[in-house]
Amino acid sequence: MKEISELNLPEDIKYSKDHEWAKAEDDIVTIGINDYAQDQLGEIVFIEVPEVGDTLEKGDEFGTVESVKAVSEVYTPVSGEVVEVNESLEDAPENVNNSPYEDGWIIKIKAGDLSELDNLLDKTAYLKMLEG
Amino acid sequence: MRYLPHTEQDIQEMLKKTGHTSLDDLFKTIPAQCQLKKELDLPEALTEWELDSHMEELASLNAAFPKQKIFIGAGSYPHYIPSLIPYIAGRSEFATAYTPYQPEISQGTLQGIYEFQTMITELLGTDVATASHYDCGTALAEALLIALKKKKKLNKIALSSLIHPHHRQIIKTYLDPRGCEIVDLPFKDDGTTDFSPLDAMDDIAGIAIQSPNFFGCIENLEQAKAIADSKKALFITSFTECLAYGLLKSPGKCGVDLVAGEGQSLGIPQSFGGPGLGILTSSKKYIRDLPGRYVGRTKDKNGETGFVLTLSTREQHIRREKAGSNICSNNGLNALTAGIYLAAAGKNGIRALAQLNHDKAVFLEKELHKAGFTTPFSQPFFNEFVVKAPKGFKEKRDAVKKNKGMVPGLALEKYYPLLKDHYLFCATEVFSKKDMETMVREVK
Amino acid sequence: MENTSGISGLILKEDFLWNKSRKGRCGISIPKQDVKQSLLDPELTGDAPELPELSEFDVVRHYTRLSQWNFGLDSGMYPLGSCTMKYNPKTNEVQAARPGFAGAHPLADEELCQGALEMMYNLEQFLAELTGLEAVTLQPAAGAHGELTGMLAIHAYHEKQGHQRSKIIIPDSAHGTNPASATLCGYKSVNILSGKDGILTPESVAEVMDEEVAGIMITNPNTLGLFEENIKEIADIVHDKGGLVYGDGANLNAIMGIVKPGEIGIDVLHFNLHKTFSTPHGGGGPGSGPIAVNKKLEPFLPVPRIAKNGSTYALIQDTPDTIGRMLTFYGHFGVLVKAYSYILSLGGKYLKKTSQLAVLNANYIKESLRDDFFLPYDRPCMHECVFTDKNQEKNNITTLDISKRIIDYGFHPPTIYFPLVVHGSIMIEPTETESKETIDEFIAALKQIAKEAENNPEILKSAPHLSKVSRLDEVAAARKPMLRG
Repeated sequence: MKEISELNLPEDIKYSKDHEWAKAEDDIVTIGINDYAQDQLGEIVFIEVPEVGDTLEKGDEFGTVESVKAVSEVYTPVSGEVVEVNESLEDAPENVNNSPYEDGWIIKIKAGDLSELDNLLDKTAYLKMLEG
Repeated sequence: MRYLPHTEQDIQEMLKKTGHTSLDDLFKTIPAQCQLKKELDLPEALTEWELDSHMEELASLNAAFPKQKIFIGAGSYPHYIPSLIPYIAGRSEFATAYTPYQPEISQGTLQGIYEFQTMITELLGTDVATASHYDCGTALAEALLIALKKKKKLNKIALSSLIHPHHRQIIKTYLDPRGCEIVDLPFKDDGTTDFSPLDAMDDIAGIAIQSPNFFGCIENLEQAKAIADSKKALFITSFTECLAYGLLKSPGKCGVDLVAGEGQSLGIPQSFGGPGLGILTSSKKYIRDLPGRYVGRTKDKNGETGFVLTLSTREQHIRREKAGSNICSNNGLNALTAGIYLAAAGKNGIRALAQLNHDKAVFLEKELHKAGFTTPFSQPFFNEFVVKAPKGFKEKRDAVKKNKGMVPGLALEKYYPLLKDHYLFCATEVFSKKDMETMVREVK
Repeated sequence: MENTSGISGLILKEDFLWNKSRKGRCGISIPKQDVKQSLLDPELTGDAPELPELSEFDVVRHYTRLSQWNFGLDSGMYPLGSCTMKYNPKTNEVQAARPGFAGAHPLADEELCQGALEMMYNLEQFLAELTGLEAVTLQPAAGAHGELTGMLAIHAYHEKQGHQRSKIIIPDSAHGTNPASATLCGYKSVNILSGKDGILTPESVAEVMDEEVAGIMITNPNTLGLFEENIKEIADIVHDKGGLVYGDGANLNAIMGIVKPGEIGIDVLHFNLHKTFSTPHGGGGPGSGPIAVNKKLEPFLPVPRIAKNGSTYALIQDTPDTIGRMLTFYGHFGVLVKAYSYILSLGGKYLKKTSQLAVLNANYIKESLRDDFFLPYDRPCMHECVFTDKNQEKNNITTLDISKRIIDYGFHPPTIYFPLVVHGSIMIEPTETESKETIDEFIAALKQIAKEAENNPEILKSAPHLSKVSRLDEVAAARKPMLRG
């Protein structure tokens, strides 16, 4: 497993305490799990995603990320409607391992209230949390 | 005691190593107030030979196939079991192994179950099958739990009244804590399920029917599937006589979502009702919803083909309180047994046996007809059917079962109070023409 | 690797059934067509299923070869913690196969099943005596199914009391089936941590126990192989608030004739007949999971119940407060016959001796390996002991590597990575039926492996070397599931 110093944590996105990341473009928020989470889980074999059109409240579980012997629930940091899910993960769940922020994104939500993202952590605050 | 290898010397040496003074001393961490003060009140140990006579005495008190001719199915069917089956399934490498969590030294069980999964999906026309469940009733209850999970907002299911009455009881028991509403679908005059109570309902999570149903009648699965589709409900079917699908159109071909079944007929002794073999199988769509173990094919690090238990993240040992089911031990050895049976019977054997079962049942029904019994239901059956008995049958049945070692049919009134004097009969390949003629003559 | 059972042998390859199929073969004897053929409406029938076509001998050879790729209990020691892999007596198999049992129909009239009912009635009495509880049902098909039955009874009990509760207390060392069973009854699991000695403290239970808690699920001895010494106090805390105590009987093999669960505050307990009572595991099942309950819970047991009236036995099909039915018929009868035979073969005296020797064997292993492997809880154990890979960490060797290397020495690996409360756990349960010589051989193998971890870690990393296949790609299996041929 990676040392904290080895983690890839981009500056331009926000992090939740549950190790999701979120990035807003206009009112569309893309959500995935970060490098720390994918590294902890190990080789990912399956990602369960919601259906397009589902509405989620901030904090709702919207799916699971699974390795061979572990399951991790993922929670949305923002309320809104699911407008797109990353269908490529069905055949290539390893994208979450190899490219957590690009090919490995999980869902896109049309957010009702972008200010909900204000509670998320930036890279520095997130790293501080990990170092605990 | 022959199972306990320790000599007095072994015990002393071992106690010395552990630093205890006696066997009792090993338990000193147990508070005195928890320790039993007297000896267990159980019988004295029997020798192997005493056990043999005691058990034979008990066994001889039961009416049992093949000595007695029991013309009853209703979820437990007398079939011939080829000698090779108990011989092979009884091999200790299979029987005394644990769940194959260490795949490197469990490839026998794993390939055997993989082949079972393959042959069962072939028989039932489905895509995936689990490595087994307890029995049909519990498998069916799990299938209904899946329907409720998939249709999160709905809390209502519909059950055919021609599903085995015991299975309906199990379902009710399993679903009771959820306060789920169960709609009872009555039966029509032809002996099949009446779906009309669903006409005004559109909030059903799943619809379940059994085919051949408890009366032995073959349900029209395609029609039922269309009704389920129109209600956007999951369509679930069950069966208690697996052999029927050597002949009948498979549920998978009829578009069934989930199939729960009993595999006892595939080489497993009736054994007073258990252990049987729960079969759970479905279309690919539900691969992550079916509960219990799967065996999957993969490769080892040298590129050799091998097998492992897979998709385990659905299961309780990983998902704990979030698991959809709590199943751990299944009926694996019986799944292996069913696999051996299907391999031995093969394409032609299974077809011939299924046809012969049907032929025997049709013959028996005709003979009973000649003897004054009437047949209330017109829908074709597989190897069981309902008849209404003429006056005086009950007394003749009592006499025959006492004196002749025959059990003619199962009284249905207990399960369906309106069906007074109605009996469910079963005929399989184990009953000769002569057996059936003799029985009918005795009760005429 | 000298003086060990594990050596490489001749392993025969074997193809899939369907690749051996030849059109026209059939491996069974088809009974004669002594009645007229009667064809069904073609609308109802389908094509014959594409099953393989093989001769009888093809089938026998196929499965014999498969069997030789398996390690069974009869092949060698199987020290799986919390699984109680004890010898499966052969006479039990003979008893269950008697035609009077194997050919009995579950729905034949009661007077035709008296032997089966008598056996079941007696077995219920034996299990009640062993646990000090009042009543037993033999219906549950396996341990987890027994748990569900017991939890449904607890649920029905609270319903009857007029106030349903919402939570269940579950210790962190519990089997996964415990929380999963509770969830099926609509209860939310409240997890509590074991104390620093590896056992529960009354304080931790008191802290979460309130009138919304339906009860607690306890395994005793727990999965660390330790007796829950505070059990009575804990039971009192739970009972005082109207809750019930569920006992997971997976580890009953440690305490037969020594502790009666019913006398230390347990209200309901399940048995694993395939563990404690010597019935074979069958490569995953069928098991059997009867439950015993006290008076409080007896009214809720599933039906049918068995009653003795004078010298005859009857089935009671309905009781007013029953939870209903758990299995189509009466339980895994064939397994019950074997467990009954086992109890009769040992009697009360040797059942107690069984527990004593099981505990002796486990403590002997613990003491013999304490310098080689790390003991997270260094105190006297019951029938199993738990080590970890902590001492081997410096060489980058994990529990998985150690367990795979054990295979090369001719033993089945212990239970690994369970209980979850211990990182990298190696849980060893030798059972009473392994002799001192076998156990000494196992200890020697583990000592050798501990040395190899220091001197030749690569041989552990790449183990096993002597099995039919090497470590398998589980990631590939899960990513692209291939579940049929």
